[in-house]
Amino acid sequence: MTAQILALHEAAQIPAVDPSAATGVYTLLWLVIALPLAGAVILLLGGRATDRWGHLLGTALPIGSFVLSLVMFIDLLGRDSGNRQLSQHLYTWMQVGHLDVGMDLLYDPLSSLFLLLITGVGSLIHVYSIGYMEHDPRRRRFFAYLNLFVAAMLMLVLAENYLALFLGWEGVGLASYLLIGFWQWKPSAAAAAKKAFVLNRVGDIGMSLAIMLFFVTFGSTSFTVISASSGRASEGTLTALGLLLLLGACGKSAQVPLQAWLLDAMEGPTPVSALIHAATMVTAGVYLIVRSNFVFDLAPNAQTVVVVVAVVTLLWGAIIGCAKDDIKKVLAGSTMSQIGYMMLGAGLGVAGYAFAIFHLLMHGFFKADMFLGAGSVMHGMDDDVDMRHYGALRKAMPVTFLTFAMGYLAIIGFPGFSGFWSKDKIIETALNDNWVVGLCAIVGAGVTGFYMTRLMLLTFFTGKRWEKGLHPHESPKVMTIPLIVLAALSVLGGVLLLNDWIVDFLAPVVGTPPPEDAALPGIVVSLIVVLVVAAGVSLAWFLVGKRDVPRTAPQQVSPVVLAARNDLYGDAINDTLVVNPGRHTVAGLLAFDRYGVDGTLTGGPVAIGVVAGQLRRVQNGFVRSYALSLLGGVLLVVLALLAVNLA
Amino acid sequence: MSVTPYIVLSSILFTIGCVGVLTRRNAIVVFMCVELMLNASNLALVAFARQHGNLDGQVAAFFVMVVAAAEVVVGLAIIMTIFRTRRSASVDDASLLKY
Repeated sequence: MTAQILALHEAAQIPAVDPSAATGVYTLLWLVIALPLAGAVILLLGGRATDRWGHLLGTALPIGSFVLSLVMFIDLLGRDSGNRQLSQHLYTWMQVGHLDVGMDLLYDPLSSLFLLLITGVGSLIHVYSIGYMEHDPRRRRFFAYLNLFVAAMLMLVLAENYLALFLGWEGVGLASYLLIGFWQWKPSAAAAAKKAFVLNRVGDIGMSLAIMLFFVTFGSTSFTVISASSGRASEGTLTALGLLLLLGACGKSAQVPLQAWLLDAMEGPTPVSALIHAATMVTAGVYLIVRSNFVFDLAPNAQTVVVVVAVVTLLWGAIIGCAKDDIKKVLAGSTMSQIGYMMLGAGLGVAGYAFAIFHLLMHGFFKADMFLGAGSVMHGMDDDVDMRHYGALRKAMPVTFLTFAMGYLAIIGFPGFSGFWSKDKIIETALNDNWVVGLCAIVGAGVTGFYMTRLMLLTFFTGKRWEKGLHPHESPKVMTIPLIVLAALSVLGGVLLLNDWIVDFLAPVVGTPPPEDAALPGIVVSLIVVLVVAAGVSLAWFLVGKRDVPRTAPQQVSPVVLAARNDLYGDAINDTLVVNPGRHTVAGLLAFDRYGVDGTLTGGPVAIGVVAGQLRRVQNGFVRSYALSLLGGVLLVVLALLAVNLA
Repeated sequence: MSVTPYIVLSSILFTIGCVGVLTRRNAIVVFMCVELMLNASNLALVAFARQHGNLDGQVAAFFVMVVAAAEVVVGLAIIMTIFRTRRSASVDDASLLKY
């Protein structure tokens, strides 16, 4: 324990995770996970018998979880801030030698917010799916997978140690795989599911190595133990832990360099994209980093890497979003970019954790709103996703248009809307930390304004470019009501920032940011951001809104657009750097095994076989040649005898 | 008395038989050549018995004759059968049993 690290520990005032045992309503904490899990089990094991009411049960159970979470949350608000961490020990998971892992749940301000987001947005998306998947013969299975996902995600955010968290981590990976490939008869969907799974495995290597390193360093993976003693580890170890956790977070949250799976993941049904690949699962990486604040606060180098990854990703995703014609892929690029903002907040340390979570919640609202809106549009347009076939849909789908517009205004950061508050706070914090990072974040906001406006214009404004004989219609109530709720949340979400409520609320988990002299006053930063966004919006207006949009994408485009259309060559980079060398290595090893190892072992028998094949020819069926060999043999024996006798 | 002439005669007969077996195609002739070789060896046996003054070689010669008689019975039966089915007594034609 060096003095320097200790001083760092003191200065950062890292709060220890120190929960008291759950009592009262909190003893039902396990039920929050158990309800959706039970739904998944019943629907999967019940088979066709549950076809008729499966979707209703699958929707009711997450709502039950939501009610429980809400009751607990209200109770938590009534407690004083030093007493807001509760844990529930369910059972001893494994006990081998010194290794003692309990199945413990931790309920604190951070997980309480996640609980509300997951069960709340999750329930809305379940309701929406009742309408969206109505004509799908495998709707029950879809709800079973959704429930499985919700249960795993809740496990992830309620876990009290890294191993239990890993259980949820892998669970959401599985659910994501199953749901991306839900329409498994489409080769593209099957491939996308596989790609997501494999890239997530790369991140999981980081996660599992981090868990092992926690065991080695602290003898435990419990947040309580590690947060109390993280100062005792050397800085090198903490940096390694931070980088390994970041690798895991990159896989799950689609950050560069493991970003390539997210765009393909849009092959899944749209509610899946909304719930898993926008609102909740992909934010698990941000949660992981914020949750591991006791590691990152003491590893400044790891934090720097987080910031670099975040900035690259937020620009990367935004640029991709500018060139795509597939409405879901634009939103996917945007998701990548927004998670980059959250990562940026998380990488900025104590000053940014609360804002990262704030932006995560707001993004959960407005991105779910827009994804579901996109699903509603696709529903009315015969499942066409090409925005070049949309246009002027605002009259045909008024509710979808209005709710989508709320999400749109929120994401570009229109003053007063939720995204305005959350993104501004992150940009402000980034500017205080490093003006280059802050500048990149501002540019990202401008690009966001551009691609979202382009999407809005192409979809709801400009001229009709519909397929012949298509009559777009508004979606049923079961789909529009979740849209309205989410739109309302997108507009009003900013209230969480009143009086810095969210910062104070999360302080017991992530610490209180030290008072800092701002480089620029907040109002100036907001003004700059709004101006940059306005520039992006008007650029989109001049490039898209005022021109005629061709129904097919123009082929003569600048190299930048071409690169963005190809996901900035993310796949090509992966192929060149990893996939192809891997293939060649495997081919080489296979050849070595086949001809080297196997050759040595089977060479003898093969040689014997060849010689025997030749010797066989001596048996030619001619009696006289046998007689000759007989004679030869006799002569040899005689000669041998003579030789022996003479010698 | 010297046994040399008998041994020489025996060698000549044996060689003739040997060459006959190796060169002739007709099964009957090959068969006769085999008999020739057997009898050449009989002659050698008897000659040596005479030289050593005991009966061991002569007893052996009797055994050879018995075996030769049995062999003639079996051999001729086989040749007959082959001739009946294939209309040929050539040993080279009966070469189906091979690799």
